[in-house]
Amino acid sequence: MNAFFESFRWLYDTTGINLTIFYDAFDRRRFIGGFVTTVQLAASCIVLSVVIGIAGAWLQGSRLRLTRRVVYWYIQFFRNTPPLVQLYFFYFGVGAYLKTAGGVPLVANVTWAILGLSMYAGAFNVEIFRSGIESVPKATVEAAESFGFSRLQAYRYIVLPLAFRVCLPALNNNLVNLVKTTSISYAIAVPEMLYVSAQIWSDSVNVKEMMNVLLICYVGLVGLFVFAMHRWERAMRVPGYGA
Amino acid sequence: MIEDDRTPRWRRPLPRGTDLPVLMPEAARLARQAERERLAGFRMGALEPRHACFVLIAFLCAAGYVQAQAGAGSPPIIDTIWKWTPLLAKGFAFNIGISALAMAIGTGFGILLGLAQLSRAAPMAKTASFVTHFFRNAPWLVLLFYCMFLLPFKITLFGVVVPLPDWVKATFGLSLPVMANMSEIVRGAVQSIPTGQWESASSFAFSRRQTLWMIILPQCTKRMLPPWMNLYSILTVGTVLVSVVGVSEVMTLAGDALGSENRADLLMPIYFYILVWFFLYCYPIARWTVYLERKYAVDF
Repeated sequence: MNAFFESFRWLYDTTGINLTIFYDAFDRRRFIGGFVTTVQLAASCIVLSVVIGIAGAWLQGSRLRLTRRVVYWYIQFFRNTPPLVQLYFFYFGVGAYLKTAGGVPLVANVTWAILGLSMYAGAFNVEIFRSGIESVPKATVEAAESFGFSRLQAYRYIVLPLAFRVCLPALNNNLVNLVKTTSISYAIAVPEMLYVSAQIWSDSVNVKEMMNVLLICYVGLVGLFVFAMHRWERAMRVPGYGA
Repeated sequence: MIEDDRTPRWRRPLPRGTDLPVLMPEAARLARQAERERLAGFRMGALEPRHACFVLIAFLCAAGYVQAQAGAGSPPIIDTIWKWTPLLAKGFAFNIGISALAMAIGTGFGILLGLAQLSRAAPMAKTASFVTHFFRNAPWLVLLFYCMFLLPFKITLFGVVVPLPDWVKATFGLSLPVMANMSEIVRGAVQSIPTGQWESASSFAFSRRQTLWMIILPQCTKRMLPPWMNLYSILTVGTVLVSVVGVSEVMTLAGDALGSENRADLLMPIYFYILVWFFLYCYPIARWTVYLERKYAVDF
């Protein structure tokens, strides 16, 4: 393994391609840490945004007009404003009020990134889940009722599995976007992949190499995610439904 | 529209005549409004005096709260925000400007890339598809960084030195993901046209190129319009990313304003103010997109 890493030092000496993340243990640890942070950030945001989506879709079916209005404006506001400004708003704006007497922030920047990005992606998820639930024909629910399913059972065993399959492509699309959007938490100094890469290239002056590594890592990560989701999508497809 | 029992009741056209002539004018007006609302997909609320009251009360409460937060000795927050508004408006205009430019570049190249994806020459289609997926999978911010750092600050074309200022590089960086998404929109739209169109065109002795330009693409424009507008919305909210790579736009100017005021209580109002600006610009576009989507929706 060491010989493998040392070969990159040789690469630098002979060609000038300076990949410090391989032969320099400190940079390597930093970069791996950044990669792991990106994955953790993405995973937490996916889970939280899906929860927000399901809760929002449920609230949108509420009988109270006020609840429906609130959910509607939440969706519209978060969809139509820049996620970066949302993040600034949460981290600098709201964060300014959440400090201890000594000026230490109560909420860490990673937490704000997870909250902000999940709220952003969650707004899209609400719409996606709602359209999925609406696409289940009413006759299906009625048929379930005639088989003696209770309302909740019909929802749990009939409506949700169908709705989920119908909205899976749109959901995947949004989640892929979410994974890409995690890179904006660079702006509030969350040590994710982009942030540590910027640190590395300013320390070792290897902007070109790090940019390429970064691009390949992101495209690879997102590509892998897209591939897995596509496989899942195909496995979950309702036969005879859609193209 | 085909009328049968399977058509949901709300989609069936209203009866033209009615037995109750007394109700005619109101019924016709309501029918017109219902038709408009169906097309728009949401209830078009008529404004009532109580709405104005509600907005006024909310505004007064917010103003009072903000005033109370300002504390003694410092000018009220609303005045401060008002003072910076012209500067922020300039920055916002710049954002809109680069969004339009990036959209134009991205759309142009995206259409070419999308058509290349549909090419019958396999290497061409494979390459185009690879390029599309590559730029779709890369985060916008990373592409921006890439363009900012790796494009030269000037290029020499036929002996003429063309300077490339930062904002040009940023615009180019933003147009790359737009191009990739546009390419997918074009491909999706062309493939959504029924094969019968291609077959009947070829039976009329149209060549492939003629079919594409004269029969398929004209039908696609309607289908491509809503996703294209959606893409524009996404791009517009994406333009603030250029502040991260050091191009001066609305967020940079807001940062400058905050720096010169140096007040912690100003942070939240200023950022919220910018959010509202973007919302006021993008929300109508989003509504219009939904309207067009429903209007052009294929009736199954």
